[in-house]
Amino acid sequence: MTTRAADESFKGWPPPVLDPAGPFAAPLNTLTWGLLAMAALVMVVVLVALAFALFAPRPWRKRLGGEKLIWIAGLGFPVVVLSVLLVWGLSLTNKLSERPQPGDLRVRVTGEMWWWRVAYLDAAGREVLQDANEIHVPVGRTVAIELESTDVIHSFWVPRLAGKLDMIPGRRNILRIQADKAGTYSGQCAEYCGGAHALMAFVVIAHAPEDYARWRARAERPALAQPSTGAVVFEKSGCGACHTIRGTSANGVAGPDLTHVGSRHTLGAGILPNNAGTMSGWIADSQAIKPGNRMPAYPVLSGQDLRAMSAYLESLK
Amino acid sequence: MSEGSETGFDRSIYDRFPTKGRRPKGELEQLREIWCGPKGWQWITAINNNFVGVYYVGAAMLFFVLAGVLALVMRAQLALPLNGVLPQETYNQVFTMHGTVMMFLFAVPAVEALGVLLLPQMLGARDLPFPRLSAYAFWAYLIGGLAFFCSLFFGLAPDGGWFMYPPLTSTTYSPGINADFWLLGIGFIEISAIAGAIEIIVGVLKTRAPGMSLDKLPIFAWAMLVFAGMIIIAFPSVILATTLLELERALNWPFFDATRGGDPMLWQHLFWFFGHPEVYIIFLPAAGAMSTMIPAVARTPLVGHWMVVLAFLATGFISFGVWAHHMFTTGLPGASVGVFSAASMAVSLPAGVQVFAWIATVASGKMRFNTPGLFVLGSLLIFVMGGLTGVMAAMVPFDWQAHDTYFIVAHLHYVLIGGMVFPLFAAIYYWTPMVSSRPLSERLGRWTFWLMFAGMHLAFLPMHLSGLMGMPRRVWTYAPGRDLELPNLISTVGAFLFAAGVLIWIIDMVRNFRPFGSDAGNVYDGPGLEWLPAELYSVRSIPVVKSLYPLWDQKTLARDVEAGRYFLPGAPTGGRETLVTSPVQAEPQHLLPMPKPSGWHVWAAVFTAGFFLLLTVQAYAASIVSAVLATYCVIRWCWFLDHPLPQKEVDVGAGLMLKTYASGPSSTGWWAMVITLVVAGMVLAMSVFSYVFLWSRSQASWSAPIGAETLAVAAMNLVAVLCAWLASRVLAKPPRLTVMLTVAAGALVAGAWWIDLKTWQGAGLSPDLNAQGAIVHAMAAWQGFFVAVGAIMAVYVVLRWLFGYVGPDRPATIQLVGLFHAYVAAQGLVTLGVPRLFAAVPA
Repeated sequence: MTTRAADESFKGWPPPVLDPAGPFAAPLNTLTWGLLAMAALVMVVVLVALAFALFAPRPWRKRLGGEKLIWIAGLGFPVVVLSVLLVWGLSLTNKLSERPQPGDLRVRVTGEMWWWRVAYLDAAGREVLQDANEIHVPVGRTVAIELESTDVIHSFWVPRLAGKLDMIPGRRNILRIQADKAGTYSGQCAEYCGGAHALMAFVVIAHAPEDYARWRARAERPALAQPSTGAVVFEKSGCGACHTIRGTSANGVAGPDLTHVGSRHTLGAGILPNNAGTMSGWIADSQAIKPGNRMPAYPVLSGQDLRAMSAYLESLK
Repeated sequence: MSEGSETGFDRSIYDRFPTKGRRPKGELEQLREIWCGPKGWQWITAINNNFVGVYYVGAAMLFFVLAGVLALVMRAQLALPLNGVLPQETYNQVFTMHGTVMMFLFAVPAVEALGVLLLPQMLGARDLPFPRLSAYAFWAYLIGGLAFFCSLFFGLAPDGGWFMYPPLTSTTYSPGINADFWLLGIGFIEISAIAGAIEIIVGVLKTRAPGMSLDKLPIFAWAMLVFAGMIIIAFPSVILATTLLELERALNWPFFDATRGGDPMLWQHLFWFFGHPEVYIIFLPAAGAMSTMIPAVARTPLVGHWMVVLAFLATGFISFGVWAHHMFTTGLPGASVGVFSAASMAVSLPAGVQVFAWIATVASGKMRFNTPGLFVLGSLLIFVMGGLTGVMAAMVPFDWQAHDTYFIVAHLHYVLIGGMVFPLFAAIYYWTPMVSSRPLSERLGRWTFWLMFAGMHLAFLPMHLSGLMGMPRRVWTYAPGRDLELPNLISTVGAFLFAAGVLIWIIDMVRNFRPFGSDAGNVYDGPGLEWLPAELYSVRSIPVVKSLYPLWDQKTLARDVEAGRYFLPGAPTGGRETLVTSPVQAEPQHLLPMPKPSGWHVWAAVFTAGFFLLLTVQAYAASIVSAVLATYCVIRWCWFLDHPLPQKEVDVGAGLMLKTYASGPSSTGWWAMVITLVVAGMVLAMSVFSYVFLWSRSQASWSAPIGAETLAVAAMNLVAVLCAWLASRVLAKPPRLTVMLTVAAGALVAGAWWIDLKTWQGAGLSPDLNAQGAIVHAMAAWQGFFVAVGAIMAVYVVLRWLFGYVGPDRPATIQLVGLFHAYVAAQGLVTLGVPRLFAAVPA
């Protein structure tokens, strides 16, 4: 069920830019179609003019071949078209760059090479909950995403929900998004950030308000970790040095928080469906799947240990 | 004085031409002998534009092919999802090199090369005013470019994208020397581009055929003039940016490091202040070539000549107000976004004017569908499509979606291929008969065109869609199951089709391109002076120009020129020379003696390249040796300059006597120095911008030491200006006085610089402490570089004095050194004043 939803979120057709799912993306869709129509219109004008210039009978061409054509078609016509577009574009820019409102849900997303650190904030901006590589939002509510980076420049882009906005070290940009329908929406890094930039994706999951409340309550709880072989392997292998599992001794902060990793839709920052098989594969040799990522490969783990650890992590729902 | 004359020249003298009677025997043979090219391996010492221009275009096309091969490798990798042709690390290097090589080693050099090759011919000059400078620029570019490209074979190629954004390119995230290859390699090639631009500006303004006033200036020369002016304004910004980033990498000066008060956005502003005009820098010469070829191919004058000239100027002007449209997704404040969006749309207006001027010209004439004709028509269509997606991207909200996706990849390739590559291919087909004894094949040309045209659309049209489908740029692969397979596969097929067209062109070149001998003549019935019968000395005599299309309007012109019935039918001084004319009316002013082939500029290029490359691989001692050798070569090269000829005046035709020595504003050297100082001033202006930008981001206010030293530094710089000015005024006195004043000016600026630097260090500001420390020391380093060059110039003047080369008969060297010293002193005042000014204002 989960993987299916994730798969759908990555569908390329209809093109996500032209398939908006919220009030911050819908006007961009209208604008895109408007611009495509404008481009087609101008192209037709140019093609017709050129065809006449090349093939029309001499008297017609003579009439076309003067400075009047430049004044009318080369200057006047574009001035009119561009003026209309400019007014449209600027008013839309203003409307869509409104400051965050008090009722907005606050989420801080920090770009990391090459994954996303997600923190849910309270109204005062205090961090309530940390997660990674997916953002859960309630349907119909505006979410103000505070975009930051601690390493290089990244760019946050969920085409079906909004345009993109950069994450720049030393600055904080705020992007507002809102989903009008429950579902998963794929996103990815749009600014080249070195190495594995191509494989730095994520998902936004929009829940009906009551589902969101349920998800939030569960996410805020520490991990329901039963003592198991997998937990022991996890601890012995030193995974806790980089990863946090709330409720256990694992408290590293270099890598993604794994408290509820079993319930995630994807692994490796939006690039693999999440199940025991992909989990084992990722742990054993993430470098083959996502070259250059900061997690070392663990070829030393036996098949048994690997399966146990994957089962343990998958149990962290 | 003649009515309306610019220089007091009596224009009735033009009526003496064409002259009557036969030219003396042996005159033509002497001309041939003087201008003949070097033989054998010495071809590398050639400086005549007939040679260097061809080498230059050839090298640019070599880089076009090399970067094109990189594109094919990338398209092979992207043909299928999760393909394994290129590993991630290599792909990142390859796409960085593709963009960098295409922009810096192909596009700009290619159009500059076209200028070097065509301008002297179009303007009726024997050569460009500084042949060794353009040869130097060429060799520096070729050696530096090849070394830079080869970094790819050692896995040392830069991988930060052609835009090289920090902090990704800082030492923390790019510890290897890959990024240094980019910063030093490209920084160096920019210098060669600027050298070429100086050459082109002075060439267009000062070495035109008599009578070719600005209203008769060929449209291509107008484009090149605006192009070169834009290089002068835009390139200093990227030179500063690369210098700052290299300083941050090598010495840990935090310009872009947010943890120490720097700001990565500073790089983006500096880079795009260059980077966007760069697109028009590439486009304008190609548009100039279009506006030259379309009238020729349609056999009718360009409709709206003046509108097109104004469109060039408007493009140049507006293009400096659009740089932030590359930064719409960085969270710029709303008001500035609006201004940049409006400017980005406005810049399409001059393009519209040009496109419809071309269409109107086609309509008023009768288009011929030969190979250049096909390429100009193809260019027009492709360029309009790229322009329209450009207008789309100028709309800020749309750009939020399209930015950094394949939609933009499609857009920029439509603009650059339509706006530059197709015009360049048209130009190659059109002007080959001017330089080659055989024209290129029409049959193969058609194949080339259709393959390139179809391949272009097949490759790039689907990319609009893959962009809207969410495919970001600069990705080495993509996941299956997102419907991206089909558009990517089509793009790959298109890319190979395009390459097949280029391959056929290469075959055509190998079969038919035969330069440096006789030429095929005016195959396309072109109207410009470049189609006059010519040999290595260019035209036999330099005509009086009476209209925009002289060969169409004066049917006997070619015959009279060839018979030596115009200016300079021989070589009156016995050496290479060309006419220098006034900038507006092109009235003859004096004769410019020109150098013969020599090795010094080639060695200077080798050692300059050596300096930068050795610096990149951190062989510091060797790089300093190379720098010293380069300086020595440049001094040797200059040593031959500024020697008056025994003949003070010579007859340049029909009894018109012109001086053979010039100094001050009528001379070419003075213009070159002033333009060089404008370049330096632009770097200074951009560093002041950087200071203010970083200051505005600082939390605490930046202080600056103010005291007696401040006054002393200001006073020393002011006295230095006075000394520099007096030095050339007292030339009539014993030369010792001039030399002393020159040395005093150099010493004063050096002393002022030293005291200012010590004051900062006394105030406890170290360069790695914070952004202010970094930018203050960067400005000091810039000033220090000029102080050092000023010192070398002062020593040079002393040396010339010891050889007896300083005197009232040769004021040029002293004037130019004085100009330089005065500039350095003024720059010292700015670097002194700016931090003090902003210390008084809280950020």
